[in-house]
Amino acid sequence: MTEKLLQIDNLFIELPTGSERQHAVQDLSLELAQGETLCVVGESGSGKSLTARAVMGLLPAPHVRVSGGQINFNSEDVTKATYDRLRDIRGSEISMIFQEPMTALNPVMSIGNQIDEIFRYHVSMSRSERIERAIELLRDVNLPNPEQIMNAYPHELSGGQRQRSMIAMALALKPQILIADEPTTALDVTTQAQILKLIRDMQTASNTGVLFITHDFGVVADIADRVVVMQHGIVVESGTVNQVLNSPEHPYTQALISAVPSLMPREARSRLEKTVLQVRGLNKTFGGGKSFFGFGKPNREVRAVKDVELDLHKGETLGVVGESGSGKSTLARCIIRLMDTDSGEISIDGNEINGLSRAEMRPWRNKIQMVFQDPFASLNPRVRVGDIIAQGPVTQGIDRDEAIKRARELISIVGLDGRAFDRFPHEFSGGQRQRIGIARSLALKPEILIADEPVSALDVSIQAQILKLLDEIRDQMNLSMLFITHDLRVAAQVCDRLAVMRYGEIVETGATAKLFANPQHSYTRDLLAAVPGKEWKTGAKSSSVKSRTKSA
Amino acid sequence: MSTFWQRYKRNKSAVFGLAVIIIVIIMAATANFLYPFDPFRLAGKPLSGPGMNGFWLGSDSLGRDVAAGIVHGAKTSLLIGLIATLVAIFIGIVFGAFAGYYGGRLDDILMRITEIFQTIPSFIFAILLVAIMKPSIVSIVIAIAVVSWPGVARLVRGEFLALKNREFVQACHTLGMNDLRIMLREILPNCMSPIIVIGSLMVATAILIESGLAFLGLGDPNIMSWGFQIGAGRTMLRSAWWVCTFPGVAILITVLAINLVGEGLNDALNPRLRERN
Amino acid sequence: MTRSTKIVKYVSRRLFQGVPIILAIIIINFFLLNLAEGDAVDVLAGEAGSATPEYMAQLRAKFGLDQPLPVQLLVYLKNVLALDLGYSFRHDMPVSDLIFDRFFATGLLMTCTILLAVGFGVLLGLLAAMRLNTWKDAVITVFALITYATPLFWVGLMMIVVFSLKLGWLPTSGMENVAAFYEGWDRVKDIAVHLILPTVTLSLFYLALYTRMMRASMLEQYGQDYVVTARAKGLTERRITFVHVLRNALLPVVTMAGVQVGALIGGSVIVESVFAWPGLGMLAFESLFARDLNLLLGIFMLSSILVIVVNLIVDIIYCFLDPRIEVS
Repeated sequence: MTEKLLQIDNLFIELPTGSERQHAVQDLSLELAQGETLCVVGESGSGKSLTARAVMGLLPAPHVRVSGGQINFNSEDVTKATYDRLRDIRGSEISMIFQEPMTALNPVMSIGNQIDEIFRYHVSMSRSERIERAIELLRDVNLPNPEQIMNAYPHELSGGQRQRSMIAMALALKPQILIADEPTTALDVTTQAQILKLIRDMQTASNTGVLFITHDFGVVADIADRVVVMQHGIVVESGTVNQVLNSPEHPYTQALISAVPSLMPREARSRLEKTVLQVRGLNKTFGGGKSFFGFGKPNREVRAVKDVELDLHKGETLGVVGESGSGKSTLARCIIRLMDTDSGEISIDGNEINGLSRAEMRPWRNKIQMVFQDPFASLNPRVRVGDIIAQGPVTQGIDRDEAIKRARELISIVGLDGRAFDRFPHEFSGGQRQRIGIARSLALKPEILIADEPVSALDVSIQAQILKLLDEIRDQMNLSMLFITHDLRVAAQVCDRLAVMRYGEIVETGATAKLFANPQHSYTRDLLAAVPGKEWKTGAKSSSVKSRTKSA
Repeated sequence: MSTFWQRYKRNKSAVFGLAVIIIVIIMAATANFLYPFDPFRLAGKPLSGPGMNGFWLGSDSLGRDVAAGIVHGAKTSLLIGLIATLVAIFIGIVFGAFAGYYGGRLDDILMRITEIFQTIPSFIFAILLVAIMKPSIVSIVIAIAVVSWPGVARLVRGEFLALKNREFVQACHTLGMNDLRIMLREILPNCMSPIIVIGSLMVATAILIESGLAFLGLGDPNIMSWGFQIGAGRTMLRSAWWVCTFPGVAILITVLAINLVGEGLNDALNPRLRERN
Repeated sequence: MTRSTKIVKYVSRRLFQGVPIILAIIIINFFLLNLAEGDAVDVLAGEAGSATPEYMAQLRAKFGLDQPLPVQLLVYLKNVLALDLGYSFRHDMPVSDLIFDRFFATGLLMTCTILLAVGFGVLLGLLAAMRLNTWKDAVITVFALITYATPLFWVGLMMIVVFSLKLGWLPTSGMENVAAFYEGWDRVKDIAVHLILPTVTLSLFYLALYTRMMRASMLEQYGQDYVVTARAKGLTERRITFVHVLRNALLPVVTMAGVQVGALIGGSVIVESVFAWPGLGMLAFESLFARDLNLLLGIFMLSSILVIVVNLIVDIIYCFLDPRIEVS
């Protein structure tokens, strides 16, 4: 670990004039040694991705450019390298994998061809040799049936398979440096664990230096040797993973780390025995219909929700956790009657609401409300914030002045400035928008709140604030909450009980603490095992991070 | 609004296009003042070249003033282009909104109808409609609208299809809002940008179709139009090139200007630039 | 399911979908034309000058025009299924013969136009996108903008003024010099010379359209993530442009080429009338004023079928360009 593979000195990256700030990256210095993993951590807009691109000479020309400093790769300054030299380096000496493997792969070219290109443009090999090597690579990244995958197109593979193919491509010529730009952010947690393991294994095998860009401290704890923390384009802290994670010095790092929810479930609150929401035998199938004229084969049937049973008690928060495609969001939408179900019962305070028409359903809208995932999609960009919040009461026939009064109250309850009332959603940040969404859902004074991944689109520090707000409101208004999430850390901090979903079925239900401590179903165990950085921050700041560092 | 203008202003050719359109509009509005007489009337010596016998742009075989025809023709082109587009957009919004919002069987039926209208060669269909209804401003407007709405319907359907699953629309459902209100007040305002852009380009296309119809002799016989002038001057191409040339230039400049404005609107209203900064 | 069976299934399904559309078009046109004042007999009688009401009734009976509309329609539909498109009273010929006679001229014009417009459009768009913000890009963009705004018939007339009347290089009208009685290659050459002006005129607008689309499409694709990946793999810009970007950029252009066929047939009416090109467009225009119902219906049906067939061909091409098509 003595040889410095990559050394960046005082790097400045300039943004086009008229941007929010002049430099995307300011006076950045970092080092990467052989066989080492350096994590660059930061929230969105911190300049971490542009730093990674700059190393490859891949800044979006001509607007964004390096305006100062050096990037030395084996003592050669790549910011001054010729185009041909850069092309030589790319893909053979330094390679890169990206966040979204679907868009990062060419959709109309087979995986085999996309791997083959690297060989063709960097080394001279016969065609049969190249094919053999490509198949070998696919096998190395643990893809099943490599021969078949050679001929497959990106859309025919799963997200995890696509990312494995990307990794195969990146490692084809055994590069000295692998740059990974949020490579697991778009993946499910169990897939993420596998991909992280794969990157680690490949690194150990060929002593590659890995520059790993991420926003997730859990991932950092799992994979990093050293860490660089960035904020607004400036490095605020750097050090070994142990230093940074367990005794951060800069206030920003401290804030970020304390915002990461602990995996240690918090104490369940006392709850009443009264059941406010009961779901029995709920089924929902997508597709399977025939086209209008009756010919053509029926669409593939997907059973999104299978025989789901749930009880939500007064004053408790019931978490529904699962990976993408598990049917948890569909379940939420069925319960709030945004979607019609195939069969099953949904009752609020013992009154059956499944099967009610839209008009019959209207009076029940006061009882049950929803907070949505995407703060950008959930607010109508053409409607003023005040009207968005007042809409509900007005629709329910409440006097307009009264509704406006309530909207103003709610704006202050969710912690927004009173002037927000007359503004449009686009004037607010993601976290503020989510507050507006919460205010809207509260305007009808519901008893039950369904929160569908309310924090998954937010940066971690904002996430903590919104979770705190939801907590306060729940206590203040005595809400019962159904909380949909994929993030077990969030679930641990918010939910009294959990229901684990997979393929539309609830595989296990139980009190959060009990379920975490003693998972019964194998899938629950897999999920828990896959949480990144689980040894770190389970409550006691542990020594496990250190042991990982040594084994690397 | 001011930010919209700021963005629009950045596209210099769009500003130029807007200026040209304003000039054409002024020309059309003051036609009766500039050339108070009927543009069909004999105004002087037939087949005078440009600048001769007091004709700026010459006269045709019946001694009609080409310049007067162009000025009065501007009125016809703009009027027909605008009204036909508005009608087409209205039909397109109704079809597209219901198809996209309700989906399923209604969508199937409405889209089949749209597809049929898209498959029919549109210009031949327009000729047919005008001929059946007898050439008049109304029949021309109807014909152009009937052949132009399918594009709008598809666009609006696509937008509704995408927006109806947006979370803000789902939020309206959870509040118990009714469908018509959701369609009109929540979704429609969010598809106005692409509708405005396609609408501006449709005005240009409508002017081209109108001139084509008039050229083939299917214009309103009582109203001067650019296409009619060119059609009438066709036979004298050899001896009086100016009769055909100048009205054509008028069409070209007007349509070009409208297209530039359409592109400017597209840049200024582009939702991709708008969302998330 | 393998790709080829997928494609076969997809194509046969698309073929099947075309049938109700053709039926609907025939019905719509049939009723529309019946809404018009006057029928073929009125026209014939008007030309004859002095026709007694009895004679006209007799004529109507002879052509089946005294039957109720639904019956007329059914008879027509039945005939269509037997590939009998009826009889043209004006030309005193079976409609199918007339259409067949004229089809070659229009087919020739359309094929040349599509090849010219798509070929050069793609080329110019590609060039403009590759040389973004240089003088080449500027020239191509301005050229496309102007041609996109020019009425077809006016371009035609101006071309005649310049190339036929002033320069005398090319003939003004027609498809061949009938009086010269050319044969063999001479005749082919003669037709080719006559073909130049109509083809160029008709293709200009579409050339502009495809150029603009191709340029925009290329620029959009250049901004996609997979291009960054390709650069990160160390590929040359040449390879990125011609292998990665080009194929993806072609997709919307190919779709558009299919959509525009209907419009192209419409445009051919104007161009054929400007250059007296003896094709279907002119026939349609003539028959409209003659109220030659059967003939018009035949032409409409044929152009609709043509549009559907071309769309099908485009879909098949699309299948080979884009592996993502699904049968559903």
